Amino acid sequence: MIPVCHLADLPAGESVRIDTAPPIAVFNADGELYAIDDTCTHQDASLSDGWLEGCLVECPLHAASFDLRTGAPTCLPARRAVRTHPVTIENGMIYVHHAAEEGTAA
Amino acid sequence: MKSVAVIGASLAGLYTARALRAQGFDGRLVIVGDERHRPYDRPPLSKDFLTGTTGQDQLALADAEEIAELDAEWLLGTRATGLDTGGRTVLLDGGRSLTTDGLVIATGATPRRLPGTPPTGAHTLRTLDDAQALRADLARGPARVVVIGGGFIGAEVASSCAGLGHDVTVVEAAPLPLVPQLGDAMARICSALHADHGVALITGTGVARLHSGGGENRVTGVELTDGRLLPADVVVIGIGVRPHTAWLEGSGLPLDDGVRCDAGGVTPLPQIVAVGDVARVDGSRTEHWTSATEQAAVAAQNLLAGSTVARHRSLPYFWSDQYGVRIQFAGRRLPTDTPRIVEGSPDDRSFLACYERDGHTTAVLALNRPRPFMRLRRELARATQPATT
Repeated sequence: MIPVCHLADLPAGESVRIDTAPPIAVFNADGELYAIDDTCTHQDASLSDGWLEGCLVECPLHAASFDLRTGAPTCLPARRAVRTHPVTIENGMIYVHHAAEEGTAA
Repeated sequence: MKSVAVIGASLAGLYTARALRAQGFDGRLVIVGDERHRPYDRPPLSKDFLTGTTGQDQLALADAEEIAELDAEWLLGTRATGLDTGGRTVLLDGGRSLTTDGLVIATGATPRRLPGTPPTGAHTLRTLDDAQALRADLARGPARVVVIGGGFIGAEVASSCAGLGHDVTVVEAAPLPLVPQLGDAMARICSALHADHGVALITGTGVARLHSGGGENRVTGVELTDGRLLPADVVVIGIGVRPHTAWLEGSGLPLDDGVRCDAGGVTPLPQIVAVGDVARVDGSRTEHWTSATEQAAVAAQNLLAGSTVARHRSLPYFWSDQYGVRIQFAGRRLPTDTPRIVEGSPDDRSFLACYERDGHTTAVLALNRPRPFMRLRRELARATQPATT
């Protein structure tokens, strides 16, 4: 269980990158929290820097788009999913539960 | 339309083939590529592929499943040598020919070279084979590398070579590199990245000739037009590209720094479209990854419609990774537009700049500021583009 930040510090439409290995991006999509692997599966770019629209995040480099709920790419150039990770809130603090390797969405 | 030939098996050709299938074309699809490789991504060739952090398998633009779904006939290692527009017949090397109802020209561009036969150790970098040859040469041990040309490819190669521990010098004929792309002030900041990382940048002098010797006629130095001689074990020539249209000479298609086509990628013959680096779309030719992918969908739609029903209007966008700095640019900048730093600092090599004309933003440049860049790029696209069809 990895602490991310206070819920108040991640308002709707914002994202934060946590320096796990590999790094994880946490998004507040209109009040729903999602965590996915931060690195785009197409090429080296940080999805936490991406454009958030609804439940989709668009990669800042080549505009690949991923569904935060499933990690699945919704358009080219990405063809592989990013892993998703469960998120919980305890006492106003956001936590990410690192998905086990065998549970990958890819 | 029962059959389409796509000449060129790289990004633009593959994306057009995909778009044709996605838009319902279920006829015969033939993809001709002069390289022996299936479509692969070129941008990493000067970056992570050169440094060895990305392997060949990671460059593939389509996996086996997708290749199967595309249901195309692949003629790889096959060069188009001519076009008979009347019969829409493409002449191929080896005396073969290919006749289809529709034709997609996606033959890309070829690197400009120095006059004469290059000696061993002098490289250009466009293809996977080029990159493998350069990578093998760099693996021989610490080398004095001279990069001729300070544009984005040259700068990326210099960065990769410096990262591998080589002694690198960049030679640029203009007083400052990147001025056509970024303008004087921003070009000065980006060019300073070389010195930050111990790479020498020599500007304002051209290359007179390469020196070479020994049994294998290996390059030994680069003689500059000002008389200086730079010792070199490896030379990389990055002085731009020219659109690969030689095979279209005499075909009747209008050629003018690329295949001239309208904003929908359609040539004067509606059954022939052009996409990517080879296409001069509505008066301008771009060599950008993103443009190639966007033009593909538009050209496919027009080819199937038999006329220009869609137009490519997206904001030009490109990026470059060098010395750990991500440079991103979007927009249509005139030389007279004035850049203004709106966030960050050039000294930190992390900033966001807007180019302005009459109080309006025309383009945006970022160094290591992907997030605000993306926001401004989208705002700029909305502000300058009419709704696309």
